[in-house]
Amino acid sequence: MTEMSAMSRKIIQNLAETLSKQVKHFNKTEAECLIRLFNGLLGEQTDRRVGLGLDRSKFRNILHNTFGMTDDMIMDRVFRAFDKDNDSYISVKEWVEGLAIFLRGTMDEKIKYCFDVYDLNGDGYISREEMFHMLKNSLIRQPTEEDPDEGIKDLVEITLKKMDYDHDSRLSCADFEKAVRDENLLLEAFGTCLPDAKSILAFEQHAFQEPQER
Amino acid sequence: MGVALTRAAQWTMGKLEVSPLNEALLNDIVNFVEQFNSRHPQEAKLVFTEPLQWTTALQASDFTSEYELSGSSVHSQDTDKDGCPLLQLIPPDISVRSFSHLCKVVQLANDSKLKEVWACLEANREPVVKMLGPNFTTAEVSDSSPEAEFKVKLLLILQQLDTQLLNSSITQLSQKVRLSPAAVKRDVELLKSVCGAGEKRLLKSVRYTSDYEFSNGCRSPPWRQAHGEIAYLIIEPCDTEPLFITCSTAGVYLNSGIKQEGEENAYERKSDVYKDLVTLLKSKSLHFTENINEQDFVIHEEPPTTLKIPHVEAVDVEERGQTLRSYEHQEKNVHEKARQQLALNKSGVAKKLEPSLKWNLGLTSPHEEAEEKKARKNGGGEKATESWTKSPRSESKKKADFSGSPLPDRLSSQKTKSPGGGTAAEEFSESSSESEEDEEQSERRGESHTDLPSEYWQIQKLVKYLKGGNQTATVIALCCMRDFNLAQETCQLAIRDVGGLEVLINLLDTDEVKCKIGSLKIMKEISRSSQIRRAIANLGGLQTMVSILDSPDKELKCLAAETIANVAKFRRARRTVRQYGGIKRLVELLDCVPDSAMLSTEQEKDVEVACCGALALWSCSKSTRNKEAIRKAGGIPLLARLLKSPQKNMLIPVVGTLQECASERSYRIAIQTEGMIEDLVKNLNCDNQELQMHCASAIFKCAEDKRTRDLVRQYEGLQPLVVLLNEADNKQLLAAVTGAIWKCSMSMENVVKFEEFKALERLVSLLTDQPEEVLVNVVGALGECAQRPANRATIRKSGGIPPLVSLLTGTNQALLVNVTRAVGACATESENMMIIDRLDGVRLLWSLLKNPNPDVQASAAWAICPCIENAKDAGEMVRSFVGGLELIVNLLKSPNKEVLASVCAAIAKIAKDEENLAVITDHGVVPMLSNLTNTADDKLHRYLAEAVARCCMWGSNRVAFGEAGAVAPLVRYLRSKDPSVHQATAQALFQLSKDPSNCIAMHENGVVKLLLGMMGSTDEVLQEAAAGCVANIRRLALANEKAKYG
Repeated sequence: MTEMSAMSRKIIQNLAETLSKQVKHFNKTEAECLIRLFNGLLGEQTDRRVGLGLDRSKFRNILHNTFGMTDDMIMDRVFRAFDKDNDSYISVKEWVEGLAIFLRGTMDEKIKYCFDVYDLNGDGYISREEMFHMLKNSLIRQPTEEDPDEGIKDLVEITLKKMDYDHDSRLSCADFEKAVRDENLLLEAFGTCLPDAKSILAFEQHAFQEPQER
Repeated sequence: MGVALTRAAQWTMGKLEVSPLNEALLNDIVNFVEQFNSRHPQEAKLVFTEPLQWTTALQASDFTSEYELSGSSVHSQDTDKDGCPLLQLIPPDISVRSFSHLCKVVQLANDSKLKEVWACLEANREPVVKMLGPNFTTAEVSDSSPEAEFKVKLLLILQQLDTQLLNSSITQLSQKVRLSPAAVKRDVELLKSVCGAGEKRLLKSVRYTSDYEFSNGCRSPPWRQAHGEIAYLIIEPCDTEPLFITCSTAGVYLNSGIKQEGEENAYERKSDVYKDLVTLLKSKSLHFTENINEQDFVIHEEPPTTLKIPHVEAVDVEERGQTLRSYEHQEKNVHEKARQQLALNKSGVAKKLEPSLKWNLGLTSPHEEAEEKKARKNGGGEKATESWTKSPRSESKKKADFSGSPLPDRLSSQKTKSPGGGTAAEEFSESSSESEEDEEQSERRGESHTDLPSEYWQIQKLVKYLKGGNQTATVIALCCMRDFNLAQETCQLAIRDVGGLEVLINLLDTDEVKCKIGSLKIMKEISRSSQIRRAIANLGGLQTMVSILDSPDKELKCLAAETIANVAKFRRARRTVRQYGGIKRLVELLDCVPDSAMLSTEQEKDVEVACCGALALWSCSKSTRNKEAIRKAGGIPLLARLLKSPQKNMLIPVVGTLQECASERSYRIAIQTEGMIEDLVKNLNCDNQELQMHCASAIFKCAEDKRTRDLVRQYEGLQPLVVLLNEADNKQLLAAVTGAIWKCSMSMENVVKFEEFKALERLVSLLTDQPEEVLVNVVGALGECAQRPANRATIRKSGGIPPLVSLLTGTNQALLVNVTRAVGACATESENMMIIDRLDGVRLLWSLLKNPNPDVQASAAWAICPCIENAKDAGEMVRSFVGGLELIVNLLKSPNKEVLASVCAAIAKIAKDEENLAVITDHGVVPMLSNLTNTADDKLHRYLAEAVARCCMWGSNRVAFGEAGAVAPLVRYLRSKDPSVHQATAQALFQLSKDPSNCIAMHENGVVKLLLGMMGSTDEVLQEAAAGCVANIRRLALANEKAKYG
């Protein structure tokens, strides 16, 4: 058993070494901590295809419990954004890379990431319909209104008016970037897909201080 | 109709009165009935439950062929289901069972329409009940027959008429006058003044029935006061019987002859109601009417119209408030009754009503009501302005108007706005060194619904999304709102008026950082408007913003501090910030490392936060208590550290705060001891005029202290100040710089420097065409510089004397104090004096003795001294000022020590001329000076003694001083520590000692020993005077001995 764990420690350290070189936001120890955390999470997973990585529901649990996200659709999209190879599992590499942006991403990285999250069909544009889809639960519906969707539609229109610089009735990545640079608040314009400062702090404390406690 | 008739119409003993109001109501009803057939043909056919019956003047012959005539009676062809004809006339009675026939009857009646309706309504007090059945208006109607439907429609039509009538009667009611006891009294006094026996009299007599006046001003018995009656009068006109008049709050009218109290029947009203006594008399007495407009009477009488106005103003506020309130009450009652009735009816027939029926709008939805409540809680006055956005609220709006405007004619105008907010702030005033630059211009906006800009509606929509959206939608709405031009007033007020401020402030209480940031970004912009500032403060926004200052998010802190900086531009807001611990938190923001070369991004952010904190403190520092709070929170060392920062956007608020606080002594000391003068001087050399101005201003305030002045010189701050004098276009800068120069020139070392930099020439050139704040400082500086003889010549040579003299005619007291000082300083040189004399400057100085401000008086008197000394033929000049000597002698009565000292000095100079001395003696200068001798002020002692010494030179003044008891106190002056007092006193005593009885008094007070000491002084004048005095005393003693023994 000790041999095993010693060996796995070795493996983890090597992995951490390589990953911390690939992902610029984490140093080696931090990467190691994240890998340990990943392995811990995998261990809890009852699924037999453990080898493939974290599955969707497990990941969504983390998003919900650790980062306080609530919107199902957005969480799905975050999963997709993490899952670069589209195999429906998040590998350890994807995990570390994803968290790099998630926790410490630069503005550029975050813009790219958010755009990917919001571009539901992955065609490189956020269309009216996609916006509508993402915003449809954002207003309290007044029962008195004749068309409950009217407010949402209007919201989509004003958003488009604000962000669609090239006037092609959809948001390209360039539009999105320009709008966010102009007004940082628009980074998460269509739903929370990044953790707030408080939960980042909590997560990092939890994740990176663990080894010393032990 | 029912409500209007029972409430608004005036009934007397079961009869409709003949009054303009009733006539107007009836005319409306007649019109309504006449057009009923054509407008509502179906409802017109509806058969009434009971016929309307009344006594008519119509005859059978009046009816047309549509009706069947049988003898003198008439009946209609159509009948109800029981076979009774819908119209039946059996003279003189008529009964009608449908509107179509009512309509015809009215048409037939031609000229007597009004009479017919009148009679009809008098006979049928509740027409609606008769028409629709007694239970229709109250109970549920279960059947849904077409007939019932018509009934409902008819009911609605009648309700509409009712509201219409009420509305018109309200306008009428509101125009009516309500008299008060004070107004009645005034009228009666006026009328009494035109009674009498002469030919010109308008009335024989006017008297009250009762001499007793209650404390509220009424003379009617208490149980009649309950009816609003104020007093009873008996007026005898010249041409008719005596008139018995009741004055009540509703107006004045004739009664049935109240001669004494207690005749119960006599209280009944017998005439129309007039708005005041004069109008009543005009209609009753021809003689009165003819004569009232004539002759001198016009003087007191521009009667009925204007009489009211002074009385409205004269009556004290409370009373006015009361009348208004009762007014409001009345109106509200009418409304409420109407509404109750409507509500009642609604519940009765609700099932069949479409939701869009007109009167349904009178009820607000629960949502709106809650909102309204909230808004009302938040700021009563502003409610009115908010409510115009939605038509259903016009009612509440109208009420607000009633309370807001005292003028009756405004009651009817819907668009007038009551001045919002404003006054509440004054209640909690606290002392502040600054004048309130911001204390509200009142709401100025005459917009009506029609010309609302499109932004208004867009903003309203966005606010709706703010209210009803989750975080995502809120952020989008906030970002979009920022795209509007928030600097524009329409947008600012639109946000406020649609309730956006409440939402923005509520967002600050959430946990969503993004929403808070977005909200603050907007509030930061719109809080540039003073109205928004007030609204934010009223809604409690400052408290939340202060608590945000604790947030770990730096951007958030920055924004909150910046918004506080904008909002805290008025006193109440500044106090709120302090009370919620804002000052301490803002001071904490200042803690950063401003000047290290390499800053990390985090440190840069800290600097930014500190900058915003300084901005907020700058705004807050305008209140005295806040200055104190900043100091206590340890702000001074932090400000001192930030002062070393190289960034201008940091320096401006920091120096701004410092110069604001430098009005406090503790700060001045701190600025000096913490070494801030060096930095202030350094920043005088920067290229930003605003910063330069604040630095100069800080120096101005601190340089009262000599040490500070020296520091400014040591850090070479004087030259940049002089250089800045060339910035003649920026008046604020110029005022600050000249102020700094003035204060610095109080040290002679600095004056020498200024000479070196040729500051005087520059200053003299600034004597013309400058605003007063600059002039005060320039003249002050010249006055200080002119203490050095060389500079007096410089001022003359650069042509400074004429503008200085011409400034003596000004009114600004601070300026006058400085000008007189400067002129006085210049006058010590005889060449200057010639110019001053030529320009009649002494006369101007003399006239300033009449200035009410003691500082000006004293300063002028001081300036007069060198003038008299240096003028040629000074005695003649002084005499030429008519009343001048009396004026200056009378100033000896002033309570101000400085004035007394200066006047004594001037009198000592004046008294050098014997003729003038004679005149001032006549004006009683001796007893006045003697009265002053017991003063404890050492400065005054000196000049007083000088004056006494001079005044002894005339006639029996020496004896008079002795008799007035001036000697003993003067002796005491010799114990003063000031040698100049000794000199003056010794001279005075020497003069006084020429009178034997004074010598005795002096001797008794132990003068000899004191004088003997002074004879050893190095001051020759003192020596001589002391010796002379002792010699005189000695001589008297010798003479005495001689007389005794010789």
